[in-house]
Amino acid sequence: MTAHAQIEAIFREEHGRVLAALISQLGDFALAEDALQDALVNGLERWEIDGVPRNPGAWLMTTAKRRAIDRLRRASIHQRTLHQQHAVILDLLEIDDEDEFDMDSIPDDRLKLMFTCCHPSLALEAQVALTLHTLGGLSTPEIARAFLVPVPTMAQRLARARSKIRDAGIPYRVPPADLLPERIDALLAVIYLIFNEGYCATEGDSLTRQELCSEAIRLCRILVDLMPKSAEAHGLLALMLLHDSRRKTRAMPNGALVLLAEQDRSRWDQAKIREGIAILDDALTLYSPGPYQVQAAISALHAEAADIATTDWKQIAALYNTLAKMIPSMVVEVNRAVAVAMAFGASAGLRILLRLQDQAAGYYPYHVAHADLLRRTNQIEAAADAYQEAISLCRNSTERAYLERQLDLLNSGSQ
Amino acid sequence: MKYMLLIYSLPNPNQTEAEIQAEIEAYGAFESELRPSGVQVVSSEALHPTTAATTVRVRDGKTLTTDGPFAETHEHLGGYYLLDCKDLDEAISWAAKIPTAKEGSVEVRPVVDFSQ
Repeated sequence: MTAHAQIEAIFREEHGRVLAALISQLGDFALAEDALQDALVNGLERWEIDGVPRNPGAWLMTTAKRRAIDRLRRASIHQRTLHQQHAVILDLLEIDDEDEFDMDSIPDDRLKLMFTCCHPSLALEAQVALTLHTLGGLSTPEIARAFLVPVPTMAQRLARARSKIRDAGIPYRVPPADLLPERIDALLAVIYLIFNEGYCATEGDSLTRQELCSEAIRLCRILVDLMPKSAEAHGLLALMLLHDSRRKTRAMPNGALVLLAEQDRSRWDQAKIREGIAILDDALTLYSPGPYQVQAAISALHAEAADIATTDWKQIAALYNTLAKMIPSMVVEVNRAVAVAMAFGASAGLRILLRLQDQAAGYYPYHVAHADLLRRTNQIEAAADAYQEAISLCRNSTERAYLERQLDLLNSGSQ
Repeated sequence: MKYMLLIYSLPNPNQTEAEIQAEIEAYGAFESELRPSGVQVVSSEALHPTTAATTVRVRDGKTLTTDGPFAETHEHLGGYYLLDCKDLDEAISWAAKIPTAKEGSVEVRPVVDFSQ
């Protein structure tokens, strides 16, 4: 790794913790971000010459505070009266000698920052961008490339979010107990969204986009560290690790999708699987069940099985029954039908799908599942119709190709 | 920080006596929670329906007056509360208790502080 790349990696690592503490000390989100940005520029110049300091986080903290003071003084020259709040900052700001302190001696305010970024009054896409920028330390161009939008669009999204935090008075804090459950859900949803975006990334996409999975996992680790009693935070981390363990086998070199049944399980990342299962076990000891834990348990059962045939489908079906009660949705029902069919026979699965017929008319995975179960119960013509329906609804070219192959096999009588 | 809580709802010209009474009681209950809570209620009013509204525009020095609200919207502005709250979360929690929030919408808008 070049010196430059090494420095960038340290910045990414320290960004969240330093920014969170700066916001606490300065009481001003935008000022803290700008000051930290100045410090990063300084760091890039100085560290390439002097080497990386012993305590990079502390160095950035100290430098950012000095840059904040510079900014406030410059602002006061242009205004007759210094903004009251900023006058207070200048008075109270103590600059420690960076050799004397350690980032560990300052409270870790990243939780406040996470909850602020994911405040429900911010648009979801703004929550995602802000989380990646402030906690992930990703630059605006990196986030833009990761989400396939133009850089100015992303810059504006971030700027608007910062303005809203200031203008609408979004508090910088961990929400009180009565708000905490819904706010944790929102936070976990943002992290999972980032993960899923990365999971869809293909080899041709930017590196940052491909690394979104790792970034989401990293953020969730921080969250689990700071909220050890949150069972669902553990559950989400376990779920993401288990999904991630299969990522390399999901796609062929040419980009075509490989189904679970056909993945080369020897290439699944066993270390991630072990870790995912261990974290799920930790979650279960908290006795606070939730949908992420259930989904992680399903994923774990797949991960532990040698192949489709020896997978514990009865357990998976039972877990889907639980999941359907927690987060009822058409998507969960379709997956439940597939699991029930594997565990108890195709007819049982078909009964569940039948109830969904109207709701799921436009949802192609329903028709794929339907086609498969019709085929297994020897209703060949109906199966062919269902495949046709799925093909007409499916937007993804690689999946459509797979469905067309299935239809051909069906028609040629090879199934 | 001051917040305007703007109360929007679908107009109901066929509101029955019983429905009107229920609404009055609901707002009464809201007020008896709001007023003693310590949050400063800077101002609050109910507005006559948009059928009583007049819109004024001045273009090229001419005053144009039209009957009705400034724009035809699905939900109409029916009233407001101007509260001095600690932060957005506090404003949101009060907005959620406003009876009309159950079927209509309450917009929470921060007020500009020119003294800052």
